Amino acid sequence: MAAIAQEPAQESAHEAAAIEMIGVNKWYGQFHVLRDINLVVGQGERIVICGPSGSGKSTLIRCVNRLEEHQSGRIIVRGVELTNDLRKIDEIRRDVGMVFQNFNLFPHLSILENCTLAPIWVRKMPRREAEDLAMHYLARVKIPEQAHKYPGQLSGGQQQRVAIARALCMNPRIMLFDEPTSALDPEMVKEVLDTMVALARDGMTMLCVTHEMNFAKQVADRVIFMDRGEIVEANAPEPFFANPQHERTKLFLSQILG
Amino acid sequence: MSGGEQGAARPQVPLLHDPRFRGILAQALTALVVISLIWAAVDNAATNMRARGIPTNFDFWDRTSGFDVNQTLIAYSAISTYGQAFWVGLLNTLLVAGIGIVFATLLGFLLGVMRLSANWAARSFAAIYVETLRNVPLLLQLLFWYNAILTPLPAPRASLGMPSVTLTWPDAPSFALALAAAGGAFFAARFARSRAEDDARELLASVGAALGWIVALVALLFGASVFIGAPGGGVLHWGGPAGVYLNNRGLLLPDPRFGPGFEWVMAALALGVALSLAFGIWARRRQALSGAQSPLALVSLALILGLPLLAFFAAGGPVTLEYPVLRGFNFQGGVRVLPEFVALLLGLSLYTAAFIAEEVRAGVQSVARGQTEAAHALGLRAAPTLRLVVLPQAMRVILPPLTSQYLNLTKNSSLAVFIGYPDLVQVFMGTVLNQTGAAVQVIAVTMAVYLTISLATSGLMALYARRTAWAER
Repeated sequence: MAAIAQEPAQESAHEAAAIEMIGVNKWYGQFHVLRDINLVVGQGERIVICGPSGSGKSTLIRCVNRLEEHQSGRIIVRGVELTNDLRKIDEIRRDVGMVFQNFNLFPHLSILENCTLAPIWVRKMPRREAEDLAMHYLARVKIPEQAHKYPGQLSGGQQQRVAIARALCMNPRIMLFDEPTSALDPEMVKEVLDTMVALARDGMTMLCVTHEMNFAKQVADRVIFMDRGEIVEANAPEPFFANPQHERTKLFLSQILG
Repeated sequence: MSGGEQGAARPQVPLLHDPRFRGILAQALTALVVISLIWAAVDNAATNMRARGIPTNFDFWDRTSGFDVNQTLIAYSAISTYGQAFWVGLLNTLLVAGIGIVFATLLGFLLGVMRLSANWAARSFAAIYVETLRNVPLLLQLLFWYNAILTPLPAPRASLGMPSVTLTWPDAPSFALALAAAGGAFFAARFARSRAEDDARELLASVGAALGWIVALVALLFGASVFIGAPGGGVLHWGGPAGVYLNNRGLLLPDPRFGPGFEWVMAALALGVALSLAFGIWARRRQALSGAQSPLALVSLALILGLPLLAFFAAGGPVTLEYPVLRGFNFQGGVRVLPEFVALLLGLSLYTAAFIAEEVRAGVQSVARGQTEAAHALGLRAAPTLRLVVLPQAMRVILPPLTSQYLNLTKNSSLAVFIGYPDLVQVFMGTVLNQTGAAVQVIAVTMAVYLTISLATSGLMALYARRTAWAER
């Protein structure tokens, strides 16, 4: 299989949407976390989701790869609907990469093994091919020289870049970012954001939960503001920041930019 | 720090006010008191022992013991020496502890993972098991198992007998049918795998494969006549003198005697092990080159079990069985598994497994939730996530208490004395001590043995822990 160095192809906007969420609801007990979410993400579209803590933005993207189960409504990822069918979940997870706030690298495996684990066990890729692929993506996130170290030996920024490379090794069509820079020291935020910007330029479909508004201005096609489990406002970055429509958006932006 | 660094000469301090001198003085005085107390005790004991004529040396070691032991792993009888009795007891202890550790570990890991399962029935069963077993004293459990096993068993003359089994070389029709069925099963399984997307066909082919394997096994064991009516027999034949008996003296089994030609079976076993190791290396290389995962466990099993089996038949079955025979009130010949051994093994394994289960649960729970989520997000399913991501990290938390459990099991095996299993304590510290009166020597040796076993166990576990450690910073 010629998976090596194959970049996610830029697909035309006429094809099926990357992600479709139709009337999605979710409760934690009595707490209504997601209220009637309707969202269509096109192929290659880059979306930034922001909002106060507890607004349901992390839960929203975690529903896309079934780390959280939605209770009503439909979620369709690349034409495959998420149901209780394990094989559908596997199929979707293979194509959707995720980067977490706390990196979640596997501490008992070297950087290289972190990157080759899923290609070998999920994609059944030959070890050498998987290692070549891992080195390719580690070079792309600019840390090939750390390949044989362990996660505990790297700085936060380096670990998060490894986490991005690890996800890319599965050759995903969609990437989910759950506050990827929130746990980082300020001087390391830039190196991770640079990696994400480069990824966006290559045409990856991206869903990013982040408060990095400069990143949103730079790469987002749309910015979504969530509050109390609902999508309050969704707009292109320029009008979103220049001319927010809702009071809650204005308040949030004044707090975060102020 | 004091200001001593500034000047060349440190200011003089009275010796008694110097904390370092005081420390040394206090320790020297303590050591002196302890040593003189021990000396007084030893001297007192030695004087008293001499006065009462109790032996103070190891001369008894080479004297004839004069007593019998009902489970001996090495040649031993009443004319053997006390030293040999020591080894009999030690080996019996190691036997029950070794097998017990393996059983307790397997069961403990299974129960520990079950307790965290999403399945309500599995979770509840494991919880009830753990809470019951670890809250009842071990001695009670041992006595329970001993009585539970022993009570329903009859006296030797009323033994429960089982028909014996004779082994022969399968005849041609049985062998041909077995080969054909096994071949068919193999290709059915391949077909099933290649059509993984079609559920119905996959199920059908899997069922076909399973049937094929069963037919092959039955044809080989009992002969082709079972299926095609052709005369001739398989490998196993029922009938003949009864070979297996169960009574309150234990489970009696035929004793295998290895005849000439058996060395070929051993050679085939060695070859099988070597070949499966080579296959493992080849499979790794194949994975590296082509990505294909090989059925390592299956092939190894076939090599390690199949090759010796073939050699066994090729050498004309070089094993004769010596059957136990009832003479008077008891049986002669055969191998005997003591009910005491079974009771002790069951009690120790089941009890220790409950503790190991809790340690496994703690270990698995100590692995951050994010680890599982990251593995799931990468597309790994539950089982590989547990095996590749969670358990390796949990092992670090599990290992130290697991070592303690292994030591506990070994030391608890000395409770054997209460149900009459001839372990080191029962044979050596019991009978040998009573007969020789050499209490100090016998107890010292017994303690040294348990200490050695324990230190060896923790040493091995520490070695394993170091081999599996990973760099932190």
